[in-house]
Amino acid sequence: MTPDKKTVTVNLGPTHPATHGVFQNIIELDGERIVEAESTVGYIHRAFEKLSEHRPFYQITPITDRLNYCSSPINNIGWHLTVERLLGVQTNRRIDYMRIIIMELARIADHIVCNGILGVDSGAFSGFLYVFQQRESIYEIYEEICGSRLTTNIGRIGGFERDFSDVAIAKLRHFLEEFPKVLSEFEALFDRNRIFMDRTIGVGALSAERALAYGFTGPNLRATGVDYDCRVAEPYSSYTDFEFDIPIGQNGDTYDRYLVRNQEMWQSLSLIRQALDALPSDDYHVHVPEFYLPPKAQVATVMEALIYHFKVVMGEIPVPKGTVYSAVEGANGELGYYLISDGGRSPYRLHFRRPCFIYYQAFPEMVKGALLSDAVMTMSSLNLIAGELDA
Amino acid sequence: MNMWGYYNNMVSSKPAPPVMNQPTPFSTQVVSHLASHYSLLNQENQYGSWAIQVSPSDYFSVVSDLKSRHQFTMLTDLCGVHYVEPEPVLAVVAHLHHLPERSRLFVSVHLPIDNPSIDSLVSLYDAANWMERETYDFFGIIFKGHPHLVRILNEDSMTVFPLRKGFPLEDSTRDDKDDRMFGR
Repeated sequence: MTPDKKTVTVNLGPTHPATHGVFQNIIELDGERIVEAESTVGYIHRAFEKLSEHRPFYQITPITDRLNYCSSPINNIGWHLTVERLLGVQTNRRIDYMRIIIMELARIADHIVCNGILGVDSGAFSGFLYVFQQRESIYEIYEEICGSRLTTNIGRIGGFERDFSDVAIAKLRHFLEEFPKVLSEFEALFDRNRIFMDRTIGVGALSAERALAYGFTGPNLRATGVDYDCRVAEPYSSYTDFEFDIPIGQNGDTYDRYLVRNQEMWQSLSLIRQALDALPSDDYHVHVPEFYLPPKAQVATVMEALIYHFKVVMGEIPVPKGTVYSAVEGANGELGYYLISDGGRSPYRLHFRRPCFIYYQAFPEMVKGALLSDAVMTMSSLNLIAGELDA
Repeated sequence: MNMWGYYNNMVSSKPAPPVMNQPTPFSTQVVSHLASHYSLLNQENQYGSWAIQVSPSDYFSVVSDLKSRHQFTMLTDLCGVHYVEPEPVLAVVAHLHHLPERSRLFVSVHLPIDNPSIDSLVSLYDAANWMERETYDFFGIIFKGHPHLVRILNEDSMTVFPLRKGFPLEDSTRDDKDDRMFGR
């Protein structure tokens, strides 16, 4: 350090608790003001794209779990939709509605984490505890549907491995009853809280033009006032059947991002309620035996089932050649799968469009001139998930 | 925000659903306009979006045209592909998106594998910065004019480009695994 250097270099991360994941931010401070920031990523890079080139299609689902692990069902279903698009498979309404229920639950779970932790980072711990109880209820619903909680591996290419049980429906109904109360309580704690507002309003603001230039998507883009949402712009999984609004903000600051996420939870709740009420009775999977493990009892007795079981496990399945890009509205932005198939057992190339990898590069610009404590709030409100960012 | 017209307040949640696997009339119009100005080496309907291939010398001006003239304001993604057949080439695919018209357009360019270099899009889209660094990191494609072209996800001392097809899934430089014991 040269003696005439006026600024101080501070390493925020990679293991700082306020970074919520392994990110390193090298911040140049003048007093408490940030002069410059630089982000280093890649600490938990696991080569998912390379791995995917060596696995059959259905074995890629568990990889997608580990992208945004706060809302893995959205990733799973996004991948299934991509393969179904490649294969030209049309799912029925029941599958679509079941998927919507699960994806919206995942969106709520993800927003709970993001907004709850935003409160914690500003010094308010209690709101976080209230909503995390509800996240637990969501995980219990996942558990009832697919057997696992965090990395769900939910559903299959062409539908689901089993139907919603009565217990799952009862738990869903219970959640729909309980969660609005908790969410209202959470909002009452934060929305007009003077301290919270002072900490968030005008912090980490970005204009709509800059956000678009940086490729923002999801709630972060909508907080700047741009109403782009994959569920509306390119509807998938019968989202067109339902009535819902796209909440948008105005200033693109931390407070607006918080409000947009809260409003989205209300919309998701309404979507789940609509889908559950309108759930038609039909098969919970379509006929794609090449991708769908037959019932275990049949494998032992029916020859065709044994053949398909073998084919599915070994990945000896003809798939069409082609290139397909399919995007779903992930909890933190547009989650895209760019899949190139050469007709082989695994993708020729699979590229994940990870929303937070793309918008995290705006972080230095967002915190320039801000206080060090604002950098923590800004980072928290961006909903960065290290697993997704580093793929 | 009224500058795009489309982004007013809350939009109605019921848009006319786009026709599955069929490009929007807008993107078809844009592609035909591009075809009259540049030589498109390939033009393909990829499940409802046009994918065009241009020559490396046209790449920057095509994307720049798409941004300024046709208002493709969003660079959704940019990635590399290593094609082995019919001849080994490295490709760069830029995913452009016109939000109000709900149209995606994929602009790809094929580069020779011994000297893969192409103009950087950072001057057009800030989002291209990390995307190009990632593509460089995994494929070794040089983006001319990039402000800071260094590895992003892999460590700096790495000398290989791991997503090229020749690179094995398991790192061949590792010597802590004995093939006789692991049955590889």
